[in-house]
Amino acid sequence: MNVTLRETRIDSPGRQYMGFVDCDVHPFFRTPADFDPWLSAKWREHRVTVGNRSRQPLHKGSLYPRMSPGNGMRMDAWPSAGGPPGSDLTMMQEQLLDLYDVRYGLLAPLVGGAAAERNLEFAAAMAHAVNEWQAAVFCDPDPRLKASVQITIEDEDAAIAEIEKRAGDARFAQVNIPPRGLEPLGRRRYRKILAACAANGLPISLHLGGTSGHASTGGGWPSYYHEEHPSYVQTMQTLVISLTTEGVFDEVPDLKVVMVEGGFAWWPSLAWRLDKTWKRMRAEAPLKMAPSEYMRRHFWVTTQPMEEPERPEDMLQTIEWIGPDRVMFSTDYPHWDQDDPRYAFKVKLPDDWARLIYRENALSLYRLD
Amino acid sequence: MASRHVVAAADEIPPGGRKIVNVRGRQIGVFNLGGEFFALINVCPHQGAKLCEGAILSQLVSDGPGDYRLERQGEMIRCPWHCWEFDIRTGQSWCEPNDVKAKTYNVTVEPGGTLAKGPFKAETLAVAVERDYVIVEM
Amino acid sequence: MSASEAMARAASTVGAIDCDLHPAVPNAQALMPYMDEYWREHMLRRGLDSENYDLMAFPPAAPINVRPDWKPQTGLPGSSLAVLQAQALDPLGVSFAICNVLHGAQAVMSEDLSAALCRGVNNWVAGELLDRDPRLRASILVPQHSGELAAEEIERLAGDKRFVQVLMLAMAELPPGRRQMWPIYRAAEKHGLPIGLHAGSTFRHPLSAAGWGSTLLEDYVSYAQGMSAALNSLLVEGVFQKFPDLKVVLIESGVTWLPASMWRVNKTWRGVRSEVPWLNRLPADIIRERVRLTAQPLDAMDGEALGRVLDQLGSDDMLLFASDYPHWHYDGSDPVPPGIPPAMLKKMMVDNPRATYSRL
Repeated sequence: MNVTLRETRIDSPGRQYMGFVDCDVHPFFRTPADFDPWLSAKWREHRVTVGNRSRQPLHKGSLYPRMSPGNGMRMDAWPSAGGPPGSDLTMMQEQLLDLYDVRYGLLAPLVGGAAAERNLEFAAAMAHAVNEWQAAVFCDPDPRLKASVQITIEDEDAAIAEIEKRAGDARFAQVNIPPRGLEPLGRRRYRKILAACAANGLPISLHLGGTSGHASTGGGWPSYYHEEHPSYVQTMQTLVISLTTEGVFDEVPDLKVVMVEGGFAWWPSLAWRLDKTWKRMRAEAPLKMAPSEYMRRHFWVTTQPMEEPERPEDMLQTIEWIGPDRVMFSTDYPHWDQDDPRYAFKVKLPDDWARLIYRENALSLYRLD
Repeated sequence: MASRHVVAAADEIPPGGRKIVNVRGRQIGVFNLGGEFFALINVCPHQGAKLCEGAILSQLVSDGPGDYRLERQGEMIRCPWHCWEFDIRTGQSWCEPNDVKAKTYNVTVEPGGTLAKGPFKAETLAVAVERDYVIVEM
Repeated sequence: MSASEAMARAASTVGAIDCDLHPAVPNAQALMPYMDEYWREHMLRRGLDSENYDLMAFPPAAPINVRPDWKPQTGLPGSSLAVLQAQALDPLGVSFAICNVLHGAQAVMSEDLSAALCRGVNNWVAGELLDRDPRLRASILVPQHSGELAAEEIERLAGDKRFVQVLMLAMAELPPGRRQMWPIYRAAEKHGLPIGLHAGSTFRHPLSAAGWGSTLLEDYVSYAQGMSAALNSLLVEGVFQKFPDLKVVLIESGVTWLPASMWRVNKTWRGVRSEVPWLNRLPADIIRERVRLTAQPLDAMDGEALGRVLDQLGSDDMLLFASDYPHWHYDGSDPVPPGIPPAMLKKMMVDNPRATYSRL
């Protein structure tokens, strides 16, 4: 029983959150033609005739449809002028950026299909177009918004070129890499891309979700979104396991990894299990330190969708085990399961933790201000 | 001491309809379920969304896997954010009816002729003797 | 065991019920006498009698799977009853131990061959283990990729009360809650057999949607996430509603992932339950009522953390004592790590196993 849920609390909001940095904001396009200004004639035509081709049976729809229209949108975020939630900057400002005096918003552009596209040339073209679109449509009009560099990780040359093109552009804060890939991110074939991110001072953002063609659980395809939603989190854990045990951080010591929208309460148990198993199997993974040490040094988590422990105070124990310097607040606006900064934590955070989680961790990681 | 507030003419809110009103600085959703009126605070107890502006749906019931039925059509309100469902009649959450509730208010319908005798507060409505009115107690 | 040694222990294992012990079939040759003549000839024709049927998920000589001082000079760990008695049953002084044979019979592609091998393994277990040591009980290995054939195997052995559970790997072709699997649960429920979901995979899919990792270390760590997915499948598909007397035991799962997983599935349920309206109770409450976990390994950095995270389970009824012999989770002679809350410790040695396994 979650006793705090009985309280309305609307009349007595804490103010710890004001001026927070939102580490997960979703920009959307009004129509797919929004990307056309940055596509060549060839790819404009391809977009209209063939379109995105990922490794799933439905051309446009979701295999695991969400419970609200727009594939899981906050119902009060549909712009009156038309277009989907997240496509109207004015509304985003009213409902999020201005309402809470958001200091910065990190954009997570889950649009354009580059992440899962099988045609790598088209994927690279869409990644480029989405990057230009984020900057022109969101970051230039509202400099609080910081873009994430889209890449196509299956094309190393194109990915590195896109990373290098955005390096030094203050509108871009990180590189977005889909967690559901063909292989776990620690595998050697992705190492040069990770090194390019680190060399250019860009953390990588692993935003949960996507389609890789692999079943969403190790035991096959679930039937329901109710299972798909938690299965995303298992993939996030796979990447922690892969990146720590493959020795990536010994080779790329400046790499910083942000786990976005995966929640975080799974961290302590995973860290313990990694260390315990590594003690037995370390001949397979000759690391310089225990896997949990790499987690403590190289990983950050964003908060949404906030776990809601049965006893709200257990949240404090969880954050203590992770380290409050590793946790960054996020809303996931305008998705259905977004968190409201006023009410997301069902327990009051110590003030020094709140400063870190709502603001300072993100300001320092992304070198903002 | 609760005060009585005239918030709408009864025929303004048809069966299945709703109206969001302001009473003493609070937003209240007033619903007409087949001629009976109910009022809930327009704040979701979970994370503060405008609960009463969500979708009006039915109660889903099931006797087991693969069995799907609708009951009490139009008597549930679903939060526009996290899709939590609440019983419009009682404010109780479907998932945790004993622990999670949206605040409810008493609602009555009274003829304008009776209301003219007071006491009531009609902040935004002029009351006409020949119409019926929805009264929220707060 | 000396008196002072016993005092230093978190709990005495004397008289306890070991809910996860791994004897091994020495080789396929050993199965031949336990298979019918058709499948015996089939094995010979194809040379399958010289296969070993070790699971990729559990290479028997890997350090995690055999404690150094339990490693035999020859043969597979757990393949000698005398050694198993000397290393596990006798020193712990258990009253019963439940044999969970990890075997490739469950992973082969042909449903019929899988069923034949499972029959062979189960017959071997009865003849070579259960008949020879009255402390031993066993799980029925089922061809889990076929609900129908698995149910047949359960029916075949249900009369032998020494079989106390049905064993499946947590990750297989289909998530375990899928309706094609329900004949297994119908048969298990009818005969009072819990479903034991053991960590691991038949490797029909990579261990997550992120693809195939590189090492056994990665795989083994991932078995905890695979168990979480399997549990979600059983819950969401409505297996616990459809089979109200069925219990599920999560074996060798690591345990401490469960509180966070329960918080998550509760949260999802509050918003998404209308997709699966039969799921009409808080998932964590269903888990506490119907799901049990073997208590080795227990993943925690120390006893204090272990105590806190186990307390978050919200139930003293869920843990079942297990040595997980010969897998390497502890050294010395004490398989119970410090930190388990006292009330939980008291129940996990005997009471919880007895309440779970009605055939004991």
